[in-house]
Amino acid sequence: MSDLNRAAPQIVACPNGPLLVRGELDLVTPDGDPIERKRKTIALCRCGVSAIKPFCDGTHKAIGFTTEE
Amino acid sequence: MALSQTLVNQGTFPSPSFSARGPLSARLLALLRSAPDGDPGLLPLADEAIGRAAGLVHDDDIQLTLFVLYGLHYGSVVETDDAWEWHPSLIALRRHLEAAFEAELRRVVPMPELPEPTSTAVASALFALTSEDSGPGLSRFVASKANREQLAEFLVHRSIYTLKEADPHSWAIPRLTGRAKAALVEIQADEYGGGRPERMHAVIFAGTMRGLGLDDRYGIYVDHVPAVTLASLNMMSMFGLNRRLRGAIAGHLAAFEMTSSIPNGLYARGFRRNGFGEDVTWYFDEHVEADAVHEQIAGRDLAGSLAEDEPALLADILFGAAACLTVDGWASAHLLDAWTAGRSALRVPLAGEPGASGAPSAAGDAAASGA
Repeated sequence: MSDLNRAAPQIVACPNGPLLVRGELDLVTPDGDPIERKRKTIALCRCGVSAIKPFCDGTHKAIGFTTEE
Repeated sequence: MALSQTLVNQGTFPSPSFSARGPLSARLLALLRSAPDGDPGLLPLADEAIGRAAGLVHDDDIQLTLFVLYGLHYGSVVETDDAWEWHPSLIALRRHLEAAFEAELRRVVPMPELPEPTSTAVASALFALTSEDSGPGLSRFVASKANREQLAEFLVHRSIYTLKEADPHSWAIPRLTGRAKAALVEIQADEYGGGRPERMHAVIFAGTMRGLGLDDRYGIYVDHVPAVTLASLNMMSMFGLNRRLRGAIAGHLAAFEMTSSIPNGLYARGFRRNGFGEDVTWYFDEHVEADAVHEQIAGRDLAGSLAEDEPALLADILFGAAACLTVDGWASAHLLDAWTAGRSALRVPLAGEPGASGAPSAAGDAAASGA
């Protein structure tokens, strides 16, 4: 059986929002300790103001974060 | 079937945990205690109820009747002969009420300007629409002012949907195809705990209710909530169960998810401020992270892809989103208005609260035993 998740992790750069991560990859601290991943698809903070970093908490919408040039 | 027939013959179906709110719901509840045969002739009563109602969203008799009818599909609402679920007379009654309910929603819900039917434009329009939502007033009140009694009332209101969290949108799964279906399943799998029953959102919410001394059995608090709270769930059930409205259910879920992560952070703050621990706040904390994921999937991959694949559904996608904001906005305003005026936001106060008297016995006893 092929492991589709392991073969092709994908990161979607959401406009004005987080990085949406699908598929298996190692999420670790700088020391290499695993960061608990509670769900299959995760959203990583891109605006810098999330209170639950490295995960997104939706606050980018409140601060008007934009990914446009 | 044999067992349920025996129960009917013996007349031993237990009374529901809630009471009728008018002639139509009284007739339906009485009917469900009998064997499902013949045509009980409910449509004239439904017409009378519709004619009498100032507005269907706020009409107790009509919303309770719809709640009971949808409850035959969900279960855990009224104990009755299972054959009633598909009895033609009750399907006819449901369609009759749904037609009037949908017509009213289409009349009163303000429609936003339609974007181009592309995934990016639809997601962007939905994020813009939901950013204007007035709902956060309730979450700010919960964060900074609500006391323990108000937090309990908040959970009682939420329990009507949340103890069945995700179920109304799951009706849409076989009614969608391709990318939109895959996106909906991706969201719902997470709602249902990703294969771990103890992480199902409805199960986590039940723990929150128990943490406040509330009874987590479904439907125990129906008597306590106003028509608009029932209407919020009935609307989702209608959108989910009618394939014709698959655009509306997709838009509804997108708007629901997009107005969730930030308010849930505020709800969690309100419960912590009142001294509750992680057993109670887990539900809200979970939704901060989960719905920041779900809103991206629901905006682009569910609603956006659906609009691209079926442009004819674009208007309904926006309608479903706007209807979510409008009706849930009314439900939130009901709580906020009552609390800021120093009143209970429940139709019938919880047992143990000041002014708790005249509670219908079933609901009152259940609330007392759970407190």
